[in-house]
Amino acid sequence: MLRLENVTKRYGVGAFGGRTFTAVRDVSFEVAPGEVVSLIGESGSGKSTIGKMILRLTPISEGRITLDGADIRGFARGRRKEYYRRVQGVFQDPFSCYNPIFKADRVLWMIKEEYFPRVPRAEWDERVESALRAVRLDPGAVLGRYPHQLSGGQLQRLLVARALLLDIRYLVADEITSMLDASTRIDVLNLLADLKTRGLGVLFITHDLALGNYIAAKTVVLRRGEVVEMGDTEKVFADPRHPYARHLLASVPQLHARWDGEQEERYGGCPVHEDAAAPEADGRAGPGRLVEVEPGHLVACTGPEGGCRVALARGGPAAAAAGGR
Amino acid sequence: MTTPDTEPSGAAGTAAAPGAVAPAPAAAAVPRGALAETLYFAVRNGKLLGGLAVFTLLLVAALAGPLLLSGDPNAYVGLAAQAPSAEHWFGTTHFGQDVFAQFVHGLRSTFYVGAVGGGIAAVIGMVVGFTAGYRGGLVDEILNALTNVVLVLPALAVLLVINAYLGVRSLTVQALFIGLTSWPWAARAIRAQTLSLRARDFTDLARLSGVSTWKIIVREIAPNMSSYLFMTFILLFGGAILIGASLDFIGLGPTQGISLGLMLNNAAQWNALHLGMWWWFVPPGAGITAIVGSLYVMNVGLDEVFNPKLRET
Repeated sequence: MLRLENVTKRYGVGAFGGRTFTAVRDVSFEVAPGEVVSLIGESGSGKSTIGKMILRLTPISEGRITLDGADIRGFARGRRKEYYRRVQGVFQDPFSCYNPIFKADRVLWMIKEEYFPRVPRAEWDERVESALRAVRLDPGAVLGRYPHQLSGGQLQRLLVARALLLDIRYLVADEITSMLDASTRIDVLNLLADLKTRGLGVLFITHDLALGNYIAAKTVVLRRGEVVEMGDTEKVFADPRHPYARHLLASVPQLHARWDGEQEERYGGCPVHEDAAAPEADGRAGPGRLVEVEPGHLVACTGPEGGCRVALARGGPAAAAAGGR
Repeated sequence: MTTPDTEPSGAAGTAAAPGAVAPAPAAAAVPRGALAETLYFAVRNGKLLGGLAVFTLLLVAALAGPLLLSGDPNAYVGLAAQAPSAEHWFGTTHFGQDVFAQFVHGLRSTFYVGAVGGGIAAVIGMVVGFTAGYRGGLVDEILNALTNVVLVLPALAVLLVINAYLGVRSLTVQALFIGLTSWPWAARAIRAQTLSLRARDFTDLARLSGVSTWKIIVREIAPNMSSYLFMTFILLFGGAILIGASLDFIGLGPTQGISLGLMLNNAAQWNALHLGMWWWFVPPGAGITAIVGSLYVMNVGLDEVFNPKLRET
């Protein structure tokens, strides 16, 4: 189980880091083996930062991330490889993931050098071949080529193959399809679904709701670094409660609809405090706190800035000002 | 160097450009592969070859000359203030020293200062630049502060102070001093390059592969800027020679031996210009100009070789 507990990330900004910017605020969710969780949010919502924290590429400011109960901060220095043997990532831009002056299969060779220095060459070649076949790549077409000689889809699948060479249990897939064209995109998505059936936990980071809906069992909607709604994908997609999630779903272009110039509908009100379905939530919730509105479906209070009258009344003008960051 | 397109892919793209002007077979002959392609353009670059020829000629003179003209270059070997002749190719000084012997020995000292001073500066610049650029954060701030301090250090004043303490100064001390004071711009330039390369995903991927920090810098980042590093070294080399000559000329040079800057210093002190002894100050001046000039012309040539956008048809 890969679990995030109240994870917060702050960056120092300004000349001497005097001011701080909170990229991720108090985020908690988990990814189980054999489960695809999609993390949905607009640009700048902190979704890639979460991916980077899980991959230990950026330090966590507060809270903790655990892998099977062990804090991942413990996998420092000598134990770093131990962690990366189990958790791997694939990034958005396949062209930027390859050092342009070396051949593309160097990413696979790096794995051998670091993790399997004693494996004989012949056996390693066999492993590479089977990993490539698992991602439906023809070994002859990709080995020994330079990155610019391969397509984005091939490069992206080569990166997944690289992850498969290790005995990974969790994969962070950060926008891995956004640089691909539509036909290769579905291939890569099916590949992820395939990995899921092999017991791999996948965190699928995307801004594309349709893709999230396609493969994920659970959905986490992120806005400005905070989780606004999360739960089983069917429940979140069928009955979005938070105004932002509703807005997000309503703004997906439909295949058979055309833009008609109509103004977007305003969704008002706090889903926690003004929704009759969850009146008992009143005592527990503050701005940004998640409340379970039905089994397996959590929604956040919008807080004063979102127009929640309860939060406004309770916190007064001071809280409203603090919330209106 | 900042986008993947300008790397080999871009190089391959523009490699076909000569074909537009040159006969078609020449374009077809451009070899594939980064190294072969670089060599292909290197041996066809006039600036690079010209600079290299002048530089090599002077280097050979510096290495071989003192062996053939063994003995003390400062010895009094002939009549004073003789114009160039068959016996003394570059004439003699006010004291009857052979100017040609001084010139080849001086060349050797000059190359020595360039190589050692430039080398030390390049090593410090790379270590500081790579570390600051890659590690970032507090390490970056500290190293940056250090770089800026050394950058604004008045080298001349420091040297005067050092002179007061060191009675005898050797070439090595001079080279060390130059190396220790001339690295900051290199560090800043390398830091900036490292910052941009570090932001690329392949360094993250290398980290995910468990590759150690130094291995990432040496094997992922540095190869991407190898041409840049090479040119940095050339500029530091030329710069060290110039600084060395200037220090010699104002009398802060080595107290023993000879160098091109010391020759100029002597010539100026004994009024060679007013006495019409042009053979005393022209060779060292021309020598310094030729070395540094050839290095800078080579630098421009290398820039054209490494950067596809600058390649002429």
